[in-house]
Amino acid sequence: MPCVSPDGKPTESGVKMLGALKVGKSSPEDIAAATGMPLFRVRRGIRELAAAGYVTENGGAYAMI
Amino acid sequence: MEEQVEQVVSMPKLGEKAPDFEAPTTFGVLKLSDFKGSWVILFSHPADFTPVCTTEFMAFAQIQPELKKRGVELLGLSVDSITSHIAWARNIEEKTGVKINFPIIADLNKEVSAKFGMVHPGQSKTETVRCVFVIDPNQVIRLILYYPLTTGRNMDEIIRVVDALQMADANKVATPANWRPGDLVIVPPPQTQEAAVERMKQGYECVDWYLCRKKV
Repeated sequence: MPCVSPDGKPTESGVKMLGALKVGKSSPEDIAAATGMPLFRVRRGIRELAAAGYVTENGGAYAMI
Repeated sequence: MEEQVEQVVSMPKLGEKAPDFEAPTTFGVLKLSDFKGSWVILFSHPADFTPVCTTEFMAFAQIQPELKKRGVELLGLSVDSITSHIAWARNIEEKTGVKINFPIIADLNKEVSAKFGMVHPGQSKTETVRCVFVIDPNQVIRLILYYPLTTGRNMDEIIRVVDALQMADANKVATPANWRPGDLVIVPPPQTQEAAVERMKQGYECVDWYLCRKKV
């Protein structure tokens, strides 16, 4: 379930979320719709991706670094 | 003389915002606010690897597809550890074939259970009782069920109350006793004498002006 593995690389679900961000999805709701992942998992995952330095957040919108 | 101190446990009430929390779960650290925008059933059980709880977990897992159709996520809780939750979920799958595919909070410090009044010392001083909190997409508590340690919950009732709450929200109606989807619903009673007179002419199925039903 984690989006970032212990070695710091994105997991399968992390890659899915980054893929959605790459095509311009920026809100957790849009990412959830694009990936088919539950919203709560997207919100948790995006926090992880941000903490690992893959994603930035600005006013509730997320983008790849 | 020994002084007796009675601990007052605060319990959330219907219509109140559910208290937010951040807790370790089998799906990683989650906040209740992560579920905002979805309905959530937050439910507690007394302990992992116990018989009634195991039947309940299997039953919750079995209704999960029906709940998903209704936009409802499941979130379990007990005061056991993450390791225990993982081992129990794996054991259930291995022994019964039922996969537990929802997060379970490891509330070892009882922080979450205290916020939701899940420990009832008259039942057990250490374990949570069988609580169900139905929380709406705005994170408001819409329904609370408490069951004692001896009595497993009824999944048909859990789906039924979700249907009833969603029906009430979508159509501004109420649902009668034993209501099931497809049954007639109750039109809110009129609030003026004039409306009471009108009510009887509106084509509803009425026992009297204050009890009218309609099809939705």
